[in-house]
Amino acid sequence: MMQSITGLYNYWAVIILMMAGLYILIARYNLIKKMIGLGVFQTSIFFLYITLGKVSGGTAPILTDTVPAGQLAAATGATAPEVVYSNPLPHVLILTAIVVGVATSAVALALAIRIYEAYGTIEDDEIRHIDLGDIDS
Amino acid sequence: MSTVDPLTSAASSVGQLPALLIMVPLLAAPVCVLLRRELLAWVLALIASATSTVVAWQVFMHVGEHGPIRYAIGGWAAPTGIEYYIDTLNATMLLLVSGLSSIVLYFARESISGSIGQDRHYLFYAAWLLCLTGLLGIAITGDAFNVFVFLEISSLATYMLIAFGDDRRALVASFRYLVLGSVGASFILIGIGFLYAATGTLNMVDLAQRIPDAESERAVLVAFSFLTIGLMIKAAIFPLHAWLADAYHRAPIAVTAFLAGTATKVSLYVLLRFFYSIFGADYSFGTVFLNGILLPAAVCGFTVMSLVAVFQTDLRRMLAFSSVAQIGFIVAGVALATEAGLSAGIVHIINHALVKATLFMAVGCILYRVGHVHKPSLDELYRRMPFTCTAFALAGLGLIGVPLSAGFVSKFQLIDALFERELWLVVVLVLVSSLLSFAYIGRTVEIMLFRKGRAAPSATSTGVEHGHIDGINEAPLGLLLPLYAMLTIMIWVGLNGDLTLGVALDASRDLLQGMRPLGAGAGS
Repeated sequence: MMQSITGLYNYWAVIILMMAGLYILIARYNLIKKMIGLGVFQTSIFFLYITLGKVSGGTAPILTDTVPAGQLAAATGATAPEVVYSNPLPHVLILTAIVVGVATSAVALALAIRIYEAYGTIEDDEIRHIDLGDIDS
Repeated sequence: MSTVDPLTSAASSVGQLPALLIMVPLLAAPVCVLLRRELLAWVLALIASATSTVVAWQVFMHVGEHGPIRYAIGGWAAPTGIEYYIDTLNATMLLLVSGLSSIVLYFARESISGSIGQDRHYLFYAAWLLCLTGLLGIAITGDAFNVFVFLEISSLATYMLIAFGDDRRALVASFRYLVLGSVGASFILIGIGFLYAATGTLNMVDLAQRIPDAESERAVLVAFSFLTIGLMIKAAIFPLHAWLADAYHRAPIAVTAFLAGTATKVSLYVLLRFFYSIFGADYSFGTVFLNGILLPAAVCGFTVMSLVAVFQTDLRRMLAFSSVAQIGFIVAGVALATEAGLSAGIVHIINHALVKATLFMAVGCILYRVGHVHKPSLDELYRRMPFTCTAFALAGLGLIGVPLSAGFVSKFQLIDALFERELWLVVVLVLVSSLLSFAYIGRTVEIMLFRKGRAAPSATSTGVEHGHIDGINEAPLGLLLPLYAMLTIMIWVGLNGDLTLGVALDASRDLLQGMRPLGAGAGS
């Protein structure tokens, strides 16, 4: 029980962030706050991917000069304790996802500005109210 | 295609075509922004889109003759690099998306001329090309993460395109779609993450090989659940369709015609790809019993949404709800997990894309001349715009599924598939839903053809006799030409139902087998 809480704390952080983000997204009417919720939600996914890539005891995937991996393996046999690398692929993927997240935020904020100019408010419930007041076309 | 020649390698006859398909619209988009001139940007966008269509046609023919293509991007072979995987299903999707884009783009120029300022047109075309790039990319790629990237490219461009609508409510519709769409895409991203965690690969062919022996069954199940929800949002499958009606209603009509034919269809393609090719039909519809969710959702979708469509007064909104209903038909076929059902779903993807694009384009013509598409006030429009109304009525017949029209082939195939599984209640509901579509299309056509202006006082001068539609002429040629081009294709597809059905059967056979490594990878 204790192990599943402390040992997997990354995943708990992911779950908490994800739920918090989704809750803000659903419960808040303010468009900017919605965007903050979406941001938190997306960040939790970045966190998830980075956690997936981590290998315990692993270092950054850079070739080290001091211990040439091939030589070491040749000298001590196949089971030799080589330098352990973390998986770099999830990091690369998440760089892409971060860029996508930034682009999404940019588009959303631009829309929020336009909505503010058109309606004079960025509260979703007020916008709904204004729209209902309009003659339906 | 002289542009391909220098790159065509001897190794394969498709050469660099798959890459070209994506690169042409992708590179044309920033050039559009640089050109800034409205006409130049439009011509360039049209050329880029048409080039993609020609390339897609060549790829389609190649796949038809030689079977699936695996194309390694940049020459990096499959497990290391990203590859494009093209079989009958996505070759069809590529052709459908690029073809629709070309025709509707031609329609777009005249259609948006009144509603969007001339100085912003180049941005519109650039966003259009990016959207096209994204949609084609989703359809062509054989890499799970790449699907997400292209999905976001197309979605972001779509939000922009919707916000171009002339009503301020377009902005709100776009924002709401952005929030829901991002959540859907994020769910897909989580699903792909778990798939990677379970299998250690992102390549679709590898995924299909490794999922059965995955170490953690639970990770696969979590991935499956997240992907299901994410894709259901993106494809606007019944309970998760909330974004669609407003987005289709408020967007510029050319955008609506394009999106209605392509965006949800491409998401449905991804759904097919994941559920059938990657997870495998046995897993999706046997082990985790996805039909338990999809079939009721589909049935509720096409029944309830057809009913909702009947009561809409705005034609765009009516057709938007009808779209959700038609997606229900597609999903119902897909959820049966039989060859007949699957082919019904696929053939309906093609048919409905053509029918709905034609209908929205006809509505666009009305909108252009009348200025609104409030259904009850379109009385006797036929006398003013005979060609537009004829096109609307013919496309409407296709939507209802009258024999010899596009919709008939797919509905017949769907009912056939339902008989095979002895789902009598669903058969009845399909027929009820078709009757409802007859009600809403028929009502519209009746108003256009026969009804006298009810608001117009008859005793006054001749100017008021025809009510508000007095002085309205037929839509300009720039709108009618693409409308009739689309209508011709739609009718041709309806008359040659065997052809599309044959393609769909090929595709469903491929899907039911799951993805498998080919002998020698094509490409560079």
